[in-house]
Amino acid sequence: MEAIAIKELSKLYPTRDGSVHALEQISFSVSEGEFVAVIGPSGCGKSTLLKVLAGILRPSKGEARLRGTPITGPRRDIGVVFQSPVLLPWRSVLDNVLLPIDVQRLGRDRHLKLAMDLLSLVGLEGFERRYPWELSGGMQQRVAITRALIHDPAMLLMDEPFGALDAMTREQMNLELQRVWLDRKKTVLFITHSIAEAVFLADRVLVLTPRPGRLMEDVQVKIPRPRALEIMNFPEFGAYVHSIRARFNAKGVVDA
Amino acid sequence: MKSMRDIALTILLFCASVLAWEGIVRILEVPTFIFPAPSKVAAALWNGFASGLYQKHLSHTLLETLLGFLLGSALGFFLGAAVALNRYVEYFFYPYIVMFQSLPKVALAPLIVVWFGLGLKSQVVNAALVAFFPLLVNTMVGLKSADEDRVNLMRSLAASDSQIFWMLRLPNALPFVMAGLDVAMIFALIGAIVAEFVGARAGLGMLIQSMNFNMDVSGQFSVLLILSIVGLLLNRCILLIRRRILFWDPAEKERLDQERIAL
Repeated sequence: MEAIAIKELSKLYPTRDGSVHALEQISFSVSEGEFVAVIGPSGCGKSTLLKVLAGILRPSKGEARLRGTPITGPRRDIGVVFQSPVLLPWRSVLDNVLLPIDVQRLGRDRHLKLAMDLLSLVGLEGFERRYPWELSGGMQQRVAITRALIHDPAMLLMDEPFGALDAMTREQMNLELQRVWLDRKKTVLFITHSIAEAVFLADRVLVLTPRPGRLMEDVQVKIPRPRALEIMNFPEFGAYVHSIRARFNAKGVVDA
Repeated sequence: MKSMRDIALTILLFCASVLAWEGIVRILEVPTFIFPAPSKVAAALWNGFASGLYQKHLSHTLLETLLGFLLGSALGFFLGAAVALNRYVEYFFYPYIVMFQSLPKVALAPLIVVWFGLGLKSQVVNAALVAFFPLLVNTMVGLKSADEDRVNLMRSLAASDSQIFWMLRLPNALPFVMAGLDVAMIFALIGAIVAEFVGARAGLGMLIQSMNFNMDVSGQFSVLLILSIVGLLLNRCILLIRRRILFWDPAEKERLDQERIAL
């Protein structure tokens, strides 16, 4: 069964002068356990796509199915990581991680150990009693990732989760995300505007055109895992990045 | 942080100004019924408390203020929440709220005395009326100010509207509510005193009024001193609660730092 199946999905935003096409007739599917990156220039509807999948936004046309069932609203078998950590400042790190458990009434006690295990998996052991404002940006985003994993969702939706971090922290986070993914075997849809990040992390890279977002290319990345940061210097890696960027140069602009 | 030297300097400056006040009043022979010397004010303060007069009126004013504060802020909070959460309530009530808010509430004091009499009730109502608006407005704004990303997060977790209210909107509104309480406390004191001016059987405001008729200016000074101390203490109480509840609020931490510098 496919984890994500999208058929001819379109999204229009009504504005004062006509409507803006954010997504146009996108079709693709993602298999169970696959890591798929979606890349495209700013304003190509990447975030719209993620919000549709998260059930926060309704598509204008077309169909989106998660694990066989059409999306009618927010669901409990997905975890979402946003561009900013979106932590609640009045909750401690542990309480932030347990937020999905509280909302879905899954029993705090039963998930306490899992929360601690996940926190140490992302390198935040001993920080559970701290508050978000006491943590750096990278640490806050790790808390957000832990929170997305706590209710053991089958699928992770990530919307440029490392976009706000500096380059060094970002590479470190990429490594850690890969480690968590290899450990937990989730289906991941990862939105980014960095070609290098997409190639480094994903099994497949979906390339979108500038507005309206259409699917331009579907690239399989056949680099063995676990991938170390050094692979970014390999000609193989360079070739993937180069071919994707070549597609953009005709169409629009993205970061390296 | 304050050093020992700063503390000593502060005390010295205070003593010097009191002495200067005393000296100037004596040298220029200013009549006591115009501007009393600090020694006269201190004597009035002593006599007032020794006779038990001040305690009686002080407790009356405190009771009015606290009851008015509780009543006014509770009503303000609940109506503010209703306006923020329900479009229809907002649509029908908001114009009246705006209209009523631009009215100086203390101007209603004479009417309230007509309606509720000279007893405790009329002062409590007046204090509540003045304390009501800061809570109403702040609760309204606070509940509507939840960050869109946070709302999206809660939605993505399939949270119900009531869960979004209890887990996100309400805690998010607390800094606004606490700021409203801060103002409401002082406003309640003002409301109570004004109501006592207009007509009351007891209270510090009524005491000031009657001292004024008797040209007891030292007495009035001593009561003003009590009132400013009461105001300060009430404000401190709110501040302490606020710090405990809003330990996570960045604005609160900033305020704390500023106060440290100011001290």
